[in-house]
Amino acid sequence: MAPARSHDGQNPPPPAGEGEGAQRRRVRVASGAEVGAVSGHPHSGPPAPAGEEGSRRLPRTRPAGRTATPADHAAVVAALAGLPPRRDLLIEMLHALQDAERGLREGQLVALAEHLRLAPVEVFEVASFYAHFEVLADGAPAPPPVTIRVCEGLPCAMEGGAALLDRLRAAPPPGARVLPAPCMGACHEAPACAVGHRPVPHATPESVARAIGVPAPLAPAAAPHAYPLLRQVLAGALAAEAMLAALEAAGLRGMGGAGFPAARKWRLVMAQPGPRHLVVNADEGEPGTFKDRICLERHLPQVLEGMLLAAEAVAAEACWIYLRDEYSHLSGRLRQAVAALRDCNLARMPIHLRRGAGAYICGEETALLESLEGRRGYPRHKPPFPGERGLFGRPTLIHNVETLYWLPEILADPAGFAAAGRRGGRGQRLWSVSGRVRDPGVKRAPAGVTARELVEEFAGGMAPGHGFAAYLPGGASGGILPAAMADLALDFGSLDAQGCFTGSGAVVVLSDRDDLAAAARNLVRFFRDESCGQCTPCRVGTAKAARLLDAPCWDRALLEELAQAMADGSICGLGQAAMNPVRSLLRFFPDGVP
Amino acid sequence: MTRFTLDGMEIEAAPHETIWEAARRHGTAIPHLCHRPAPGYRPDGNCRACLVEIGGERVLAASCIRRPAPGMVVRSATDRAERARRMVFELLLADMPAGAARDAHGPFAEWAARLGVTASRFAPEAARPAPDRSHPAMVVNLDACIACGLCERACREVQHNDVIGLARRGMAVTVSFDLLDPMGASSCVGCGECVQACPTGALLPASVVAGDRRAAAPAAEVASICPYCGVGCQVGFRVRDNAIEEVVGRPGPANQGRLCVKGRFGFDYLRHPDRLTRPLLRLAGAAKDPADCHDPARARAKFREATWEEALERAAGGLARIRDRAGPRALAGFGSAKGSNEEAYLFQKLVRTGFGTNNVDHCTRLCHAASVAALLEGIGSGAVTAPFTAARDADLILVIGARPTENHPVAATFLKDAASCRRHASDVTRGARLVTMDPRGSALDRFATEVVRFAPGEDVALLNAMLHVIIEEGLHDRQFVAARVDGFEDLCAHLAAYAPEAMAARCGVPAVQIRRVARLYAGARAALILWGMGISQSVHGTDNARALIALALLCGHVGRPGTGLHPLRGQNNVQGASDAGLIPMMFPDYQRTTDPAARAFLEALWGTTLDAEPGLTVVEILHAAGRGDIQGMYVMGENPAMSDPDLAHARAALARLDHLVVQDLFLTETAALADVVLPASAWPEKTGTVTNTNRQVQMGRAAVAPPGEARQDLAIIEDIARRLGLDWRYGHPRAVFAEMARAMPSLANITWERLEREGSVTTPCPAPDAPGEEIEFAERFPTATGRARLVPAGLSDPAEMPDRDFPFVLTTGRELEHWHTGAMTRRAAVLDALQPAPTVSLAPAELRRLGAAPGERLRVATRRGAVELAAREDPALPEGMAFIPFAYREAAANLLTDPTLDPFGRIPGFKYCAARLERVAV
Repeated sequence: MAPARSHDGQNPPPPAGEGEGAQRRRVRVASGAEVGAVSGHPHSGPPAPAGEEGSRRLPRTRPAGRTATPADHAAVVAALAGLPPRRDLLIEMLHALQDAERGLREGQLVALAEHLRLAPVEVFEVASFYAHFEVLADGAPAPPPVTIRVCEGLPCAMEGGAALLDRLRAAPPPGARVLPAPCMGACHEAPACAVGHRPVPHATPESVARAIGVPAPLAPAAAPHAYPLLRQVLAGALAAEAMLAALEAAGLRGMGGAGFPAARKWRLVMAQPGPRHLVVNADEGEPGTFKDRICLERHLPQVLEGMLLAAEAVAAEACWIYLRDEYSHLSGRLRQAVAALRDCNLARMPIHLRRGAGAYICGEETALLESLEGRRGYPRHKPPFPGERGLFGRPTLIHNVETLYWLPEILADPAGFAAAGRRGGRGQRLWSVSGRVRDPGVKRAPAGVTARELVEEFAGGMAPGHGFAAYLPGGASGGILPAAMADLALDFGSLDAQGCFTGSGAVVVLSDRDDLAAAARNLVRFFRDESCGQCTPCRVGTAKAARLLDAPCWDRALLEELAQAMADGSICGLGQAAMNPVRSLLRFFPDGVP
Repeated sequence: MTRFTLDGMEIEAAPHETIWEAARRHGTAIPHLCHRPAPGYRPDGNCRACLVEIGGERVLAASCIRRPAPGMVVRSATDRAERARRMVFELLLADMPAGAARDAHGPFAEWAARLGVTASRFAPEAARPAPDRSHPAMVVNLDACIACGLCERACREVQHNDVIGLARRGMAVTVSFDLLDPMGASSCVGCGECVQACPTGALLPASVVAGDRRAAAPAAEVASICPYCGVGCQVGFRVRDNAIEEVVGRPGPANQGRLCVKGRFGFDYLRHPDRLTRPLLRLAGAAKDPADCHDPARARAKFREATWEEALERAAGGLARIRDRAGPRALAGFGSAKGSNEEAYLFQKLVRTGFGTNNVDHCTRLCHAASVAALLEGIGSGAVTAPFTAARDADLILVIGARPTENHPVAATFLKDAASCRRHASDVTRGARLVTMDPRGSALDRFATEVVRFAPGEDVALLNAMLHVIIEEGLHDRQFVAARVDGFEDLCAHLAAYAPEAMAARCGVPAVQIRRVARLYAGARAALILWGMGISQSVHGTDNARALIALALLCGHVGRPGTGLHPLRGQNNVQGASDAGLIPMMFPDYQRTTDPAARAFLEALWGTTLDAEPGLTVVEILHAAGRGDIQGMYVMGENPAMSDPDLAHARAALARLDHLVVQDLFLTETAALADVVLPASAWPEKTGTVTNTNRQVQMGRAAVAPPGEARQDLAIIEDIARRLGLDWRYGHPRAVFAEMARAMPSLANITWERLEREGSVTTPCPAPDAPGEEIEFAERFPTATGRARLVPAGLSDPAEMPDRDFPFVLTTGRELEHWHTGAMTRRAAVLDALQPAPTVSLAPAELRRLGAAPGERLRVATRRGAVELAAREDPALPEGMAFIPFAYREAAANLLTDPTLDPFGRIPGFKYCAARLERVAV
């Protein structure tokens, strides 16, 4: 993925002047904390513009712009109980406020800005960026207490997601509203819904209605885990160099999609002066990908051990886990596990848990860093790379959940891992297999496996009545290949000649009953909706591409020209890869598109 | 230097230079939209119009943000790069009004034409934004917006006003003023930086818009200086048909291209119908009535138009008659800090040689007289020791008694910038901590590390407590004090009684905070102090300034980069006018009238004898007029009938004069009491030099001709002089400047020609080809001993304390949109629309206590007078305090103020008097 915007690391602002001073005369000195504080006026909306007819000779009766009411301030203070006024906590604060108030009231955003000593627009642009935040005018009715999100991701769409959305929208359950949503990492349980934070697998209107009001169950507790390698490290029995050697021997590469060799990343970070950070990217959002979710659900201690091993190796001063909001049902278990680590003195540095807010782009590592710092998820320009200047401007090691999942295993047996590959590949991967197979799910399979092997050997063959027609080797961005190419090795770089890639290892299988053009439309609309909007080729390109694909007859030349410009010119991987499905269809299925 | 290859040619990039910059320097123009090669604008690389191919890289790179690496092979003209760049324009064009019509002369339209992209094959989006015309000065048409974020950077990173953001995401990304509010309803301060930065015409000054687009190509620009405040922003007046159509910021040393709402949108007063275009003479028998000051129509009815010949004859004749009959000291002149150096110089020379008296003063007396008195006494120089731009080298900035976001908005951008570095950047070694100290809150507080809100009038208690901490804890710079400062022992003894714990109750600041701030200041590597009227406009203003000077001297924060003492000068040329000798006790360059050598030098230069007796100051002159001791006055561009304290008395005194000549643009409150009113020229109609708060002497150039028979002020002064018997033939301001330079050693190495060439030179300047000294006194102070002097400041109470009858503290000052007495700004349509009427600001709790709603009319009374005006709710005010801006004739704040003077600076305490507030029964 992509590039290098100079970014602003964040230190907590120092406290303002404080304390009500003793008074000499009647003039009371306001405390610093109240500077620019509340107007007593009952509404926070903007005053009428000074230039408007009718109000011309009337002076301003308040400072320009919005002011928050005492009630707004009270709501903010109540919701933020315990959170220090630090900008990097802005998204956490917005969650707290929204959870308490069922929405983000404009007046409360203004109050929150004052609380953080930010300008209102600095809070608003963050609030309005993330899909899971809802900004409400002060007087607007609150949304219903329950939000049902229906997945529009390709695997779910293939399983009737659109029809489900229509039916739920036509007759929403009482007290609920229904919204479409991008891939929620439940492609093996399509069509998927979320009722609040509770995932509903194989959703039907009935099962969705039944889920309302039922609290999300805590994920099953993990089996006891002894953290053997971590204990070795803490005991001084396993040095960073030894870990690096093992990583190199195993050939571990980043499983988020880019496949960057893990050892090189470590060395880059270790070479920088401290303090350093370790960030866990738990924001898999690539449609078709759900392996990180499974890791967190079933192998949490192993992932956390991997995290601390990496943190120890680079001497990180803190670990940061960025969990996509779609996986909020996992946060309780995660919090417990982190607390347990602290209790056992296994974590020598603080571990911060941060909640995403509905933005695919934040899976891009530099957008994720921005989000961790409390900003919009705009990818940064590279260089500099996060290993040099990452979180708060510090050298930062960022690993995907799956990468960390493999770490303890690899350190225990690097050669065993490396030997597992097929067709020259090294090691294993967790493949998310979905679509028209009999047994979709996360498959622990060798690197270099083929799509046909994944279908036949790991996923129980094609679903009944479906003939293998095409597959996505790497989620929405990796392109689309015909079944005739199902014997190609799937590994990092193995599909370059086809203009495709395996990325996060999300293999979506399409059958002879699926509409490939519709699939491409679905994928491009996803990118359009998830484009952060920072750069022109991606922001405007995805929107125009989506329109071009709606035409009864595709303008192939223009699509190809646009695709090339987007691939060449976008800042990050989202825009660079957004047209891969279209280019694949034009190349491999010239007769299958309108 | 980095060597790399660009389009087959090996070139070198300077450190920190980007590919785009290096390419431009070598003559290769790469298209750009979101990149604005101007000071303060960070490249952002988002629009992708500047893509280039870099050898070995998979994708194209934005050249505006990418730095070359040694040996890098960059190709800017490949088919691939050109296609990608053209596609960027085509994509953007799809959703723009046809032909990029909002601004067919802007960077987007020009680059699109250059690349041959005139149409788009892509369909536009269904819905496009509606126009927003809610702001009187700016037109927002977001249908032309390309989301390049330049306006956001302009607002957030250049001006630090933090109003504009980019909300939402993807194709829904939109420029947002606050929370998607109409621009005119937002917290926008109207600086227009966004308009200046916008490449598409989505944001345009309303003055250039016809219908929904820029009407014509930008007009030719005349380089000049903004006349509104002491910052001295360099401006470009774009003139069409002898009218200023648009104002743009130029990259002057004090503004780096930035302007504020007054400087950008405040110039149509030049063509206001009230503008005087012919001389006026008071009708025979028409009585001078102070009530006329409230009623311009009634005042005007007492005058008739006259020829220049008749008016000058009457003006000069009256002055000569009094001089000859009652003696020179029965005359006085008020010059102006709003005119040029040449005008100030010539005016004081006229009073001293034509009238024969030192009774010449100007508004510095009402502004920084106390600061200058303390600075001269302490360090031997009344000017700033460092420019406000030294903030970039400071690690601590202390702002006290000043509201630069309103009164020096562009200077404030440099302070906010330095403070933002520290707050937002990861590198804590950059930037500065900001400490704000004021009874009122201000927009700067959001950027501050410490906000010290102290009780009004208790500056000395607070500052002495800080000094106490510094000495008690041994935080002072021993070496600096020993080497360069006298009076340490006396100061230590004096400060013993000022422990923070003893002062906390008095100044209303917790002792722990006083200690914290003292340690911050003393512990800083380089600390800069800036102050304003809150310090000086006090009956103990000189003591306030003494304490500040002591802070800097004790800690050695003078004479190094990032350190210094900076009284923010108010008027655009108050520094220059003071330098030029518009001061009753001093000749040009602060030479005492009582100093025989100084007198002899000028007597030789001017060929006349001079009075040794110091003249009277502004307020004293009006007192003398009230007594009948001063009988005739010549007032050029000043408005004492609005600006002086206790206006009822000041106006009565002016009305009592036998002969009053007023030279101004409008029939001001002072002119309403004149015998002769001479129509003068506005700043953009004049050529001359001005000296800003940073000691930068800058060249202003006439952009338009004065209307009607209005004349150049310099010519009017010369005409009066000749009629008083002086044989003056200067002809052009450059001749005046040449004489000034002979009279003033401070102008050494600064010539008219150099100023024409360079636009700005800082004084003092060591050589004709060297830059001036920004930071002064690195080695020695300009005192007899070369050492500075610590002067203890004692506690004293304000002249008038609140009591049962008058329980509020009333403070006065300016607001962002209005300049001084409002003569110009209230006649500027945009500024008038933004702030059309007077208000009294109160804390929300005080309003509630009065039972009044915001907007309700209140009566504010002091022992001297009363006004009625609307209430404004302002949470930045402490309880027990009321604020009224003094720009409004209909509720003139100075009817209320107390004329008691500071004993040293002779400045009145505009910032403090006792008042009563009550609701007005409707």
